[in-house]
Amino acid sequence: MTYLAKPKFHHPALPKNALGYTHRDYEGAISTLCAGCGHDSISSAIIEACFELAIAPHRVAKLSGIGCSSKTPTYFLGQSHGFNSVHGRMPSVLTGANLANRELIYLGVSGDGDSASIGFGQFAHAIRRGVRMVYIVENNGVYGLTKGQFSATADRGSKSKRGSVNRDAPIDLVAIALQLGATFVARSFSGDKEQLVPLIKAAIEHEGAAFIDVVSPCIAFNNHAGSTKSFDHVRAHNEAVNRLDFVSPRAPIAVQYAPGTVEIVEQHDGSRIALEKLAADYDVTDRLAAMNYLQTHSALGHIVTGLLYVDREPEDLHRHLDTVEAPLNTLSERDLCPGSEALDVINDGLR
Amino acid sequence: MPAATPISSINNFVVRFANVNGSGSASANELFARAVLRMGVPVAARNIFPSNIQGLPTWYEVRVSQAGWLGARGGCDLMVAMNPQTFDKDVASIEPGGYLVYDSTKPLTSSRLRSDITVIGVPLTAMCNQRWPEPRLRQLFKNMVYLGALSALLDMDPGAIETLISEQFKGKEKLIAPNIGAVKLGRDWTLENIPCPLGVRLVRADAVGDRIFIDGNAAAALGAVYGGATVCAWYPLTPSSSLADAFTRYCSKLRIDPETGKKKYAVIQAEDELASIGIVIGAGWNGARAFTATSGPGISLMQEFIGLAYFAEIPAVLFDVQRGGPSTGMPTRTQQSDLVSCAYASHGDTKHVLLLPADPAEAFDFGADAFDLADRLQTPIFVMLDLDIGMNRHLSRPFVWDDARKYDRGKVMTETELEAGRDFGRYLDVDGDGIAYRTYPGTHPTRGAYFTRGTSRDRYARYTEEGGPYVDNMERLLKKFETAKTLVPRPVRKNADQPTRHGVIYYGSTAPAMDEAIFLLEAGGMRLDRLRVRAFPFHHDVVDFVMEHDTVFVVEQNRDGQLRTLMVSECGLDPARLVPLLHYDGTPITARYIAGAIGNHLDARKVTPLRKVGA
Repeated sequence: MTYLAKPKFHHPALPKNALGYTHRDYEGAISTLCAGCGHDSISSAIIEACFELAIAPHRVAKLSGIGCSSKTPTYFLGQSHGFNSVHGRMPSVLTGANLANRELIYLGVSGDGDSASIGFGQFAHAIRRGVRMVYIVENNGVYGLTKGQFSATADRGSKSKRGSVNRDAPIDLVAIALQLGATFVARSFSGDKEQLVPLIKAAIEHEGAAFIDVVSPCIAFNNHAGSTKSFDHVRAHNEAVNRLDFVSPRAPIAVQYAPGTVEIVEQHDGSRIALEKLAADYDVTDRLAAMNYLQTHSALGHIVTGLLYVDREPEDLHRHLDTVEAPLNTLSERDLCPGSEALDVINDGLR
Repeated sequence: MPAATPISSINNFVVRFANVNGSGSASANELFARAVLRMGVPVAARNIFPSNIQGLPTWYEVRVSQAGWLGARGGCDLMVAMNPQTFDKDVASIEPGGYLVYDSTKPLTSSRLRSDITVIGVPLTAMCNQRWPEPRLRQLFKNMVYLGALSALLDMDPGAIETLISEQFKGKEKLIAPNIGAVKLGRDWTLENIPCPLGVRLVRADAVGDRIFIDGNAAAALGAVYGGATVCAWYPLTPSSSLADAFTRYCSKLRIDPETGKKKYAVIQAEDELASIGIVIGAGWNGARAFTATSGPGISLMQEFIGLAYFAEIPAVLFDVQRGGPSTGMPTRTQQSDLVSCAYASHGDTKHVLLLPADPAEAFDFGADAFDLADRLQTPIFVMLDLDIGMNRHLSRPFVWDDARKYDRGKVMTETELEAGRDFGRYLDVDGDGIAYRTYPGTHPTRGAYFTRGTSRDRYARYTEEGGPYVDNMERLLKKFETAKTLVPRPVRKNADQPTRHGVIYYGSTAPAMDEAIFLLEAGGMRLDRLRVRAFPFHHDVVDFVMEHDTVFVVEQNRDGQLRTLMVSECGLDPARLVPLLHYDGTPITARYIAGAIGNHLDARKVTPLRKVGA
């Protein structure tokens, strides 16, 4: 990390997005993570995605649990409310926040310890309820803040920095998210911004539970030979099933693709994902096939990345609950209090 | 057994129904209690039930009291013994001179009966078998048949019962006639075969007034509806589940948008209590009024989050319907044993506001007030019910709501204020009351955003691990707790008609038994001033009350004298002045118990020097 404060001024010719914000308006405080940490790349991908989508920064609420990954919301979107909650419990806090105001964008940032161990239950239940959110796990296979213990996503046979070998079976959060009914599931790599930024953009526009597992090597404790979450290992085993370009409803598709290589997936809100197919037989709208593909290729030691599944017609928690369109936190006594007359009727019924 | 004169008492006796869980007796028994109320005679009704759905013994106790004593009395004057499993014990529990109603289809040996009671055999099973071919109906209607028998024995108004049945089955009219028929069957047989009425019986009176009959959980849930709660997250746990159920039920009638048919509330049955309180905190942080309903074991699971809400200053409301501990303890028995665990819930230095309602009407009031307090104080508020208040229907003053009342949303800085350049520091005490302004997420494009974390930040929510700002913040939280004292419900004091050196402090479901105990003690010439505590932190009235008396009994339904502990630790009171009087076997405390214990203590003091309890 650096201790030098960022200057407040910036170049007058910095490019502005549709709302007139510059890239700088989406930045946060200076990161206190280790230099070269994969998490910082993810933070900058989030900044990039929000800038490109021209989201008003204050319309995002960023929530996290505990751990290195959960510290990162301080380092992006400084004009957004943030909530560093308790270990493994971000999903429930985010669920409550989402219930209170369905109009904000909810960004949940978590780690593999936070989501696959202590918070495995909360991760599962937020996904299965279909809370509209972007749930990013910054997955490095170790507990960084407590200096390098294995986490539950560490692969069997992976070696720790001190030389011990993990014997426990790993939890693959992508496989679990697919099984639990997440309507947008992706995996990416912190070292591949080209892939990650459009994924985050598509996830933000998705009207349901969007989950992105980002393999994010820990430079301090899990970047050595023998680790399956090191930069070298991930680069060597990364198998991207597609490359995508995300197009919001407000902009036309600019890139020209060779015919037959691109699939256009239209989301419920009218936004479109242009998928350049790298694995010819991969169908992003087939949940069962995705699960099968993932298992088969993971057995071969591949790290399957890209947009793995998307439901074009997702349903979210508010739709399940059939709540009013107005955010619940804007309702006043006039909307909520039935008044004394109704109470008299209730009293009468109790005599 | 010596013969005893049959008890003779009008509008003042206890009926106990001994049933098997799952036999459908509950609605017939409740119908009995409500029929007595319709005759203008107050009742106190209580369920004693096991942690079971079908098969184990359950009792329903109806205390009929024209004088209006609503606490449990203890003992039983008329036993309706419908459970063979507990028959001998049930018969043994009848007061000398009392009455037994049993199913005489199979004759009992006289050795199983007592000679000092009046035994009334009604061939219930035989009558039902003859009338209904279907076994399920025989079982269900049997309850209505014994209700009919009781109506004859106690000289009840059959019209009152019929009206109640018609009201109960409104919309399912097909069921009205058969139920009324079953009651008539029992009543006619009894009038024909048994000398009616008994020595204990009912006479129409006018002692109920406009009071309502409702359980505290439903009342608290209705309070939450009126108080503007929009998010409820909960996990099923006896005895609190019916509170969340009632909230859902009331909302489905009172909170539907008339134009769209959509819901102005959200209820989540969470995966556990940790998620419940997490959802409540997330919603509270984002400006919705949110609550959870739970009991002691749930409070234990929520500890870490409760601390976060205290330090991060997030409004939250927790209804704790207390029961016996621990998790595998006495889930269906009542206690007041979570006071300390709630008052100091979580790790680090924490203190929380507790509200202590005594009956359904107060559960409604506090259930609504809790949301104003949570927003005003930006902290978790605990509404401490117990199983007795929560799960039993009580005769209670009707609910009242002032239509001019506005919700107090506390100190929330608006977009306009931020736009006007008003200084915003999330933890900055601008008014000197320890309460800082907050903003809802999404308020202003460039002002008012902050990062929420437990501590490790300064008055402007900027990250720091320095000791100075930490202490500064902790001192402000103490100041806020002082402010809370001025906002929570004040204790209710009632003095004896003559000056006395003795006082008694009590709270919650002990209240009705205490009223009666004072009456019993005064009849014996013993006078006490009384103070009903309604909240923690304590109002200064509590200290004044203790200082004005030589001896103050602190009556509680737990083993360790938890309120007394709080009084000693928070008010610096001399423990020697505070005599603990504790009842915690899981049954509701009775006036007999309180009057007996206080009476013994005061009698003993006439001959022995003061024993310093706890000193």
